[in-house]
Amino acid sequence: MADRAVIGVFEDVDDAASATQSMLDNGISGEDFDILSSSPFPHGSFGEAERHHNLYVFPLIGAACGFITGVLITAGTQISWPLVTGGKPILSIPPMLVIMYEGTMLGAIIFTVLGVLFESRIPSAGPRVYDPRVTAGYIGVIVSGAEEMVRRAAQIMTDSGAEDVKFDEEGKTINLLEDPEDQ
Amino acid sequence: MQERVIMSDQEINNELLRSVFEHPLRFWVGAGVLGIFAAMWLISLSWLIYWGVGVTGLNRPVYWGFLITNFVFWVGISHAGTMISSILRLTQAEWRRPVVRAAEVMTVFSLGTAALFPLIHTGRPWRAVYWVFPYDFMRDVFPNVRSPLIWDPSAIFTYLTGSALFVYTALIPDLAVIRDRSTGLRRTIYGALALGWTGNTRQWKLQGIAGVLISALILPVFVSVHSIVSWDFAVSIVPIWHATVFAPYFVVGAVHSGVSAVLTLMAGMRWFFKWEKFIRPEHFDAVGRLLIVIATVWLYFFFLDFVFAIAAEETRELAVMERRVFEWPYWFLLVEIIILGYLIPVGMWLKRSVRRNIKLMFWSSLLVNVAMWSERYWLIVPGIERKYELKFSWSFYNPQLVELGLVVGSFGIVVFLLLMFSKLFPPIVLWEEKEGQRFAANVKIGQAVVPAIVKEE
Repeated sequence: MADRAVIGVFEDVDDAASATQSMLDNGISGEDFDILSSSPFPHGSFGEAERHHNLYVFPLIGAACGFITGVLITAGTQISWPLVTGGKPILSIPPMLVIMYEGTMLGAIIFTVLGVLFESRIPSAGPRVYDPRVTAGYIGVIVSGAEEMVRRAAQIMTDSGAEDVKFDEEGKTINLLEDPEDQ
Repeated sequence: MQERVIMSDQEINNELLRSVFEHPLRFWVGAGVLGIFAAMWLISLSWLIYWGVGVTGLNRPVYWGFLITNFVFWVGISHAGTMISSILRLTQAEWRRPVVRAAEVMTVFSLGTAALFPLIHTGRPWRAVYWVFPYDFMRDVFPNVRSPLIWDPSAIFTYLTGSALFVYTALIPDLAVIRDRSTGLRRTIYGALALGWTGNTRQWKLQGIAGVLISALILPVFVSVHSIVSWDFAVSIVPIWHATVFAPYFVVGAVHSGVSAVLTLMAGMRWFFKWEKFIRPEHFDAVGRLLIVIATVWLYFFFLDFVFAIAAEETRELAVMERRVFEWPYWFLLVEIIILGYLIPVGMWLKRSVRRNIKLMFWSSLLVNVAMWSERYWLIVPGIERKYELKFSWSFYNPQLVELGLVVGSFGIVVFLLLMFSKLFPPIVLWEEKEGQRFAANVKIGQAVVPAIVKEE
C-alpha cells in the first residue's frame, strides 16, 4: 500500500502538543510525524524525534578546498612566472598566507551555506502536504506513512482541536510557487 | 516590566511586512530624494571617466585622496554590521533581534560601494579590473600576490560573499512568509527564492546552527578585512603610514564608525517605518553602552599612533605629525575628530536618559561618522603629501567638485539600496521577533517584576 500524508493545522500550540502526545501514546512514533511552524521551537516541544545531520562536516570540506585553491593561486602563479624581486625567494610565504587564509574562510562559508541547504533538503520540489497558515503562526503537524496510521493520526488531530486536517493527493506534491486556489 | 509589546505571529507579520506590501508616499519621496544623490554620483562618475583623473585634485605624489578615503570609510562602515550581528548571535544577546538583518544588509551595500572606489579612482576602471579578474592564464601574466593591493580584493570578496550568504540564509524563512501571502508573479518569484521552505523542525534546527556557524566563520574574516585594508598603507614606506599599530587601529575605528552607523540606521528605520514596537529605547541604550567602550578603545589607538610617531624619533615621521597637528586644514580636522568623534558623543552617551532618547542618539551617531570620515582623510593625505624627503617633491591636495560628488553620492547610493531592500524584503527578521516573543517573560522577585528572557540551555 502506498504511503499517505496528512497535515493537521492548529491555532494553539498546546493543542498541537497534546495531539502529538496522543499520537505517541497511540503507537505513532516521533519519526512518523513532523512539525511545521513559522519560528523555531525548543527541541522536544512536540515530542518529535531528533533528526541527525552532518552539517559540521561541510565547513571542514569547504575550508580544505579553499585552502588548496589559495595555495594553487599563490604558489602556482609565482612559480609559473618566476620573477626574482630584490633577491627574495620566489615563494614568499607570509603574503601567500593572507590569500590562503581568505580562500580557506571563503570555502568554509560557502560550503556551510551549501550544507545548510542540503541538510535542510532545499531546494525542494514541494511537500506532499502544506498549509500557508503555518507562516502566519499556526502549527502544522504532518504525519506520513501507512494509510491506516495516517487515518488514525488524522482522527487524533481532529479530536485534539485541529482547525483543519488535510490529506495529500496520492502521488502528488504541492507546488509552492502557485496560488493554492489554482492547484 | 517588559518594554516589548506582546504580539501574535500574525500581527508581527502584518507590522513587519508593511514595508514590502504597502507603498506609502514617504517611500516614493525618500526614493526620489535618494535617487537624486545616486544620479549625482553617476554624473560625477561619468565626468571622471570621460575626462580622466585630471579633473580630480590628485597629483604627484598625492595619488590617494578623497576617493580612497571614501573607500576606507565605507569598508569601515561595513564592518559593524556583520560584527554586531555575529557577536550578538554567538552570545545570544536578546537585543540583537530587530538589529541584525539591517546591520548585515548595510554591510553588503556599504562594502559593495566601497569596492567600487579603488576602481573609480584610477579614472579608467575597466583597465584596473583586469589586474585581478579574470586571471590571465593564457599568457601566464598574474597579479603579484605579494602586494596588499591583491590581498585587499581577496579579503573584500570573501567578506562580501560571506555577508551576502549570511543575509540570504537567514532570509529564507521570511521569503516563505511573503510567498504564502502573495499571489501571481510575486508568489512565483518569492517562492523560487524561498527554495521550498516549509519550516519543519529539521530546517529550523539547521537554521539555528547556521546562524552560529556562519557567525563564527565570518568574525575572523571581519577582523582580517580591515587589517588588510590598513596594510594597504602600513606595508608602504610612506611616513606615518608605516606603523605596526595600523591594523588594530583601523579595525577599532571601523567598529566605532560602523556601530554608530547601525545606530543611525536603527533610528531611521524606527522613524521611517514607524516600528516603535520593535526598535525600542532599550535597544538604543544597549548600543550606546557598547559605543562608549568602543569609542574609548578607538581613542586609545588614536593617541597610540601619536606615541609611535614620536617614540621612533624619525625626522620625516615627526615632520608629518607636526603637519597633522599644527598646519591648516589638518589641525582643524584633528580638533574636529576628537570633539565630534569622542568628547561630544561619549559625553552624551554616559547619561542613561540620552541613551534612551532616539533623536539625540541619531544625531550623536551622525557626529561620529562625520569625525570618522575626517579621521580617514587625516590619516591618509598628510603622509602622502610629504611622501618624499626633498621639498621639490612635496605637494598639496585640493579635492575637486567631481570627487565631492562621488563621495556625497555614495551616501545616497547606500541609503537608496537599503530603502530598495526594505521594499523587497523585511529589514527586521520576522522569525527572530516571533521567537523573542515566545521567550519573553516577567519574573516576580519579591515585590519587583523583572523583565526576563527565558533561554534554552
